Amino acid sequence: MTPQPIHEDELQAWADRRLPAERQTQVESYLEQHPDTHARLQAYQAQNRALQSLFQPVLEEDIPEHLQELPRPAPLLRQRFLTWPWQSAAAVLLVLSGALAGWQAHTYLPSPSLAAALPRQAAIAHAVYTPEVRHPVEVGADQETHLAAWLSKRLGAPLRPPRLGAQGFELVGGRLLPGGQGPVALFMYQDGGGQRLTLYVSGEGSGSGDTSFRFSREGDVSVFYWVDGGFGYALSGTLDKASLGTIATQVYQQLEAR
Amino acid sequence: MEEAPLLAEIPRLRRYARALVGDRAAADDLVQDTLERAWSRRHSWQDDRPLRPWLFSIMHNLRLDQLRRPGIAPQSLDERIPEPGTRPTQSDALELADLAAALYRLPEEQRAVILLVALEDMSYDAIAQTLAIPRGTVMSRLFRGREHLRRLMAPESGVTHLRVVP
Repeated sequence: MTPQPIHEDELQAWADRRLPAERQTQVESYLEQHPDTHARLQAYQAQNRALQSLFQPVLEEDIPEHLQELPRPAPLLRQRFLTWPWQSAAAVLLVLSGALAGWQAHTYLPSPSLAAALPRQAAIAHAVYTPEVRHPVEVGADQETHLAAWLSKRLGAPLRPPRLGAQGFELVGGRLLPGGQGPVALFMYQDGGGQRLTLYVSGEGSGSGDTSFRFSREGDVSVFYWVDGGFGYALSGTLDKASLGTIATQVYQQLEAR
Repeated sequence: MEEAPLLAEIPRLRRYARALVGDRAAADDLVQDTLERAWSRRHSWQDDRPLRPWLFSIMHNLRLDQLRRPGIAPQSLDERIPEPGTRPTQSDALELADLAAALYRLPEEQRAVILLVALEDMSYDAIAQTLAIPRGTVMSRLFRGREHLRRLMAPESGVTHLRVVP
């Protein structure tokens, strides 16, 4: 039996992994013969991931209070004359405590905590640059010495990309990114199967204390991150937590050893 | 219908509204209108039906009303760089702007379908129901929207960093 022709709708559904298993396989073998179509569908998948990363933080925001108040029957008088002084008092308290918190934060946490912003920034950089086929990096691994010298100069500290060959990942290259207050270096690695990792190095941690290893999931992207000696590091990838953790440990040890 | 299940849907409604509309305040207004309309119609609601698709279709209808309302000029593209959840750092803002700028160049009807797939993982049939359009229309908007976005994001298109729209 010749396989049924494949309709564009099914290609869309393949990208969203919504075809029945058997059909998914048939489309896959079709895509092996049609790399352009395959690349197009992979771009759609990258769009999905990037949109998830872009809007994931909205889920974690505090919900504005006015959204949580569904209209309910309440005596008008009571609402008007009894509640408002308390609301005003509460508002004053909120403003005061906000100001106090701001002052404290200013005193104890010089920059908006680097560790808090790291995983998200790193995941966005990962989601934006790893799907790139033609320009994933600014300076390729073939100019590793130049890459290291350039990024070290811009970050103001000696920086060399860790070697992850033992973990199956080779350096693709790196690029310079703008961070919150200064430059950030992004190194990209790739394994034999085309899977990519990025290591995000920010020099903005001079006011932040060192942290232990932390893990965060930003959409599809898993991130291990830590702050050490004034630098924030984040290793991002879409592989499972355990594998990424092993590689992150390796990165940490190599950086420590210098 | 109880209050709690409705309130539990707020984060999902806010995320979709923010992505669709772009502007934070306008998106939250849309969510609030959605909640109020759902709450006012709670007595006609059957508890055994899933709540979320119903809420999304209410939101969609309210949004159509907004867009049809005369006298309110649609916002320019430039003003609709979405506000991300946390205060953007410079690097965030630049990278988000690339994707967002492209996203807000799509017709809203294409953006809606893309977002319901990408953010809500909603089935194509459920999207057709929510937006009250045939499934074939869902698929063609998905295809056209994705292709549009892909071309806008391609480095050689030269528009990804464009901020000023004539």
